[in-house]
Amino acid sequence: MKTEEAFSESGLDWAAFLKALYLLGVVLFVATPLVATVLGGFKSLGELRTNPFGLPQVWEWKNYTDILLSRRYWQLLQNSLIISTLTVILTLITASMAAFVFAHISFFGRTMMLNYITMGLLFPAATAILPLFIKVRDLGLLDHYLGVILPQVAFSLAMSILLLRRFFKELPEELLEAALVDGCSYLNFFRYVTLPLSRPILATVGTITFVHSWNAYLVPLVMLNSDSQYPWPMGIMIYQGEFSAEWHLILAFITLTLLPTIILFLFAQKHIVAGLTSGAVKG
Amino acid sequence: MIMPRKPYDAGKLSALLLFLPPALLLFTVFVVMPIGEAAWYSGFNWNGFGSPKNWIGWDNYRFVFDNKAFGTAFKNNLLIIVVSLLVQLPLALSLALILARAFKGAVMLRMLFFMPYILAEIATGLIFSFIYDGDYGLLAAIYRHFDAQAPHLLASPDTSMLAILLVIVWKYFGFHMMLFIAALQGMDKNLVEAARVDGASRWQILRHIIIPLLYPTIKLSIFFAIIGSLQLFDLIMPLTRGGPADSSHTMVSFLYNFGVMRMRVGFGSAVGVILFVVCVTFAFSYKKWFMRDED
Repeated sequence: MKTEEAFSESGLDWAAFLKALYLLGVVLFVATPLVATVLGGFKSLGELRTNPFGLPQVWEWKNYTDILLSRRYWQLLQNSLIISTLTVILTLITASMAAFVFAHISFFGRTMMLNYITMGLLFPAATAILPLFIKVRDLGLLDHYLGVILPQVAFSLAMSILLLRRFFKELPEELLEAALVDGCSYLNFFRYVTLPLSRPILATVGTITFVHSWNAYLVPLVMLNSDSQYPWPMGIMIYQGEFSAEWHLILAFITLTLLPTIILFLFAQKHIVAGLTSGAVKG
Repeated sequence: MIMPRKPYDAGKLSALLLFLPPALLLFTVFVVMPIGEAAWYSGFNWNGFGSPKNWIGWDNYRFVFDNKAFGTAFKNNLLIIVVSLLVQLPLALSLALILARAFKGAVMLRMLFFMPYILAEIATGLIFSFIYDGDYGLLAAIYRHFDAQAPHLLASPDTSMLAILLVIVWKYFGFHMMLFIAALQGMDKNLVEAARVDGASRWQILRHIIIPLLYPTIKLSIFFAIIGSLQLFDLIMPLTRGGPADSSHTMVSFLYNFGVMRMRVGFGSAVGVILFVVCVTFAFSYKKWFMRDED
């Protein structure tokens, strides 16, 4: 008791001090790998070995500019962008239409069908990756963007439909009834009332789907087999294979391929955090 | 079966027939059917070409369970769950308790800690394979500083899993922290305030009010840690590919390595079915036993 008072009198708050120390430890734990990666890309291979932690003595901008000027880098980003964007668009269209039905139209078997869709939350695509491969092959979509996009859309439907349905249900029911009495069709109501009112949840679902698709590895790995189609996660694996021990180049390449994710994160923090954690709140 | 009651029921039917089929079709063809097909293929010895003819019954399942690497993979999945519970969860919870309050820099720290979660697992794995690199890596540099021989963590069956576990904590604790922060911020402050007025100490408030109020979130966090472990694949590939000596496989990387890479469709499908059964059994029993109160 006495010592406690003495400390607070001397202005030393041990609890706050330990807290700050703890936070500092975690900051170092999280940031060191990231900072070392970005800086490592600016070093020569020799310096990477002698000076792994510090700032580069000689800034090797060439590591980065060579990659930025290469066709390969932009091709990877382009492939990823095409796959992710189409995945998001298709998911939003099909999921919001289905969610609209589940939210507003009662029909025989609705609960059963909703449970059927909810099943999709329970297992990852990996469980069925071989039959999925054979199906995509039989459909002639192997080595085609669609062979990646369609399975990704299908596996994001369950979560998307449930999130959208929850939001649609909260829109006032009287709105729909009034519109229907006035002769508005379901289609027009969906198009002109539901969708515009649902921008926040559409943004959330779109962001989750985009991040998952942008980072995805297994499905593209199994479905694609020509360089010109690969999304960036496959691209950096191949790059690492080619340059195996030239870590300075690999680090520069990783940094540049992560750049879009980080920019997206800085601009859409709120949606990303809300999206990825709200997906978590009771499927 | 639509009961015509109101004049606009015809519109209802056409909306139903227009809106539902696209999602339903995609979901059925690419999610549900493949699971059924996995069950069917798992009865065959089949390399994927032509149609499956060589029916071998339950043999593929016997091969899977007899495979030592599968046992290791299963144990590794359990190990990941244990570490998630013993290391990641306390880390995430303690940080959330500190960072849920608004002080200068709190938001920035939250964002920093969350960031690893949105970086692709492949990139994360590559970054850490640099850090663990015996010649150029940060870890090696620290050892060299003390004139010690740097260990090749990823190259030894004894340490490969340990190295992976560290990466898992690094990548995922921020996500769990955010779950807790969201819960803490949605919490009713009056209870805490009332307890404080009644003279409860900080520790008592934490132990008897805040933590119990967080139980639903803790259960959810555990749920995600377990599901995440069962799905883990991307991170394994750049770090170890399941090696050395199959010491660091998860069930999914085992499936990829022994099923997909070798095009043993029957065998790989059997692994997939086992994984499916584990996931579904777990999800149902967890919901039933632990999350009954909040539906």
